[in-house]
Amino acid sequence: MIKKIGKYIDGLLAQVGGATAMVRSSFFWLFRSKFEFHQAISQGVEIGVNSFGVVGLTSLFTGMVLALQAGNTINNIFGDPIFVGTIVAFSLIRELGPVLTGVVVSGRAGAAVTAQIGTMAVTEQIDALYTLGTNPIRYLVIPRMFGFVLTMPILTLFANVFGIIGGYLVASYALGVPGEIYITDITTFMDVEDFLHGFIKSILFAFMIGTVCCYKGISTRGGAEGVGKSTTGAVVTTIVLILVLDYFLTAILTALGI
Amino acid sequence: MIEIKNLHKNFGEKEVLKGINLQIPEGKVTCILGGSGCGKSTLIKCLIRLEEPTGGHIFVDGKDITHLHNEIRLAAIRRHFGYLFQEGALFDSMTVGENVSFGLKYLTQVPESEYPRIIKEKLALVGLKEDVAKLNPSELSGGMKKRVSLARVLAVNPKAILYDEPTTGLDPIMSDIISDLILDLKAKLGVTSVVITHDMHSAFKIADYIAFLYEGKILLYGTPEEFRKTDNPYVKQFVSGSSQGPIQMKLMKE
Repeated sequence: MIKKIGKYIDGLLAQVGGATAMVRSSFFWLFRSKFEFHQAISQGVEIGVNSFGVVGLTSLFTGMVLALQAGNTINNIFGDPIFVGTIVAFSLIRELGPVLTGVVVSGRAGAAVTAQIGTMAVTEQIDALYTLGTNPIRYLVIPRMFGFVLTMPILTLFANVFGIIGGYLVASYALGVPGEIYITDITTFMDVEDFLHGFIKSILFAFMIGTVCCYKGISTRGGAEGVGKSTTGAVVTTIVLILVLDYFLTAILTALGI
Repeated sequence: MIEIKNLHKNFGEKEVLKGINLQIPEGKVTCILGGSGCGKSTLIKCLIRLEEPTGGHIFVDGKDITHLHNEIRLAAIRRHFGYLFQEGALFDSMTVGENVSFGLKYLTQVPESEYPRIIKEKLALVGLKEDVAKLNPSELSGGMKKRVSLARVLAVNPKAILYDEPTTGLDPIMSDIISDLILDLKAKLGVTSVVITHDMHSAFKIADYIAFLYEGKILLYGTPEEFRKTDNPYVKQFVSGSSQGPIQMKLMKE
């Protein structure tokens, strides 16, 4: 049993070490080679377009359910659904926007990145890149990392907007809160720091998703079964890490007054 | 050009190469024979440092590349090699033409306007028409994939080409066409070739020298003629393709 736990920890540390080495190598190549601008843009478009619909839909309904729950609860306590807009916007912009977007992006685009790079690894296409004078970190990893980091904040912004619209619809049509009050509740109590809080989170989540998904892809071994395992592993790891990171980031950013 | 001294390679506790000593002469075809899983692919991957050897030395043009870690220097060494992968390893997100011209972008200063001419020329060299350039790798047969992969290697004019089982999985006629291609490249371009194979017909046709790899060591090195005449029971069994002999007995013991 202890041997098994030791082996598991050993494997986990090896993966963390491998991913760290990949990030280090990414910075090395970023400043020593021509940036694959075209690749970065096309990856950004692919990641963004792939995830846009799902992000919009999940955020819309999250905003709706937030408004419904908050409105009913406050109504039961105070007899009037007050501050629904504040609760919806506050929850979305600081927490649910970046978290939900991260979860959707990792399940949608992250999985695709791992599967694509993993398939390249098991069919020797990564080795072929080396033999043709191209480092796979430079050609595959850096553009995808940029793709994630560039699109996640934009997707998060869309998620916030869709969520607030969802909340607005429920607040107006189901709870009877006038639209102007819903909007005033948001603008009165929200600060620039709240947007910055969510923005920083979305960038760090994007960096983490890019790192985990690219590393899982590049380290894939063992044919089609290996690609399946890597893809599942990448999605599970990123979702768990998003939730864990979210707590620590909230604690750190709040302590810093953001 | 390439000299291998006492080369060792382990994967975990498994020792795959157990002290290989071999010289690859320039401008000649050297075939490395051996059964499946004996470490042939590992050996040529070590030559181009796709695998890092555990021990020993590899010299390329007199330079020891065994433990080179600087990616830029490694890329400069790899620049002299072409590698034909067993399944072709064509980039499936690109067309055949983009595959063939890929190395030109990263390994040469050739202007992009020259790419179409080079693609046409290299595809013709491997017996393929220009129209193939527009196809995707998924639309090609196994033999065509190998030929496109070879065209991709040739596009950057390497000094040496490493072939990983170039005839495996092909019909006898296509195998012979690939063997003729390897001979053509030696004759026309003076390319040094290292061919990993267990296709005896092809090996005897193309090889100037043959090395027989068994249990991680070179059991016999010589000309095809010496291989035909050898008394070594392991090599004799492998050359004749018989199921009866010391190799089978060894397998049964394991």
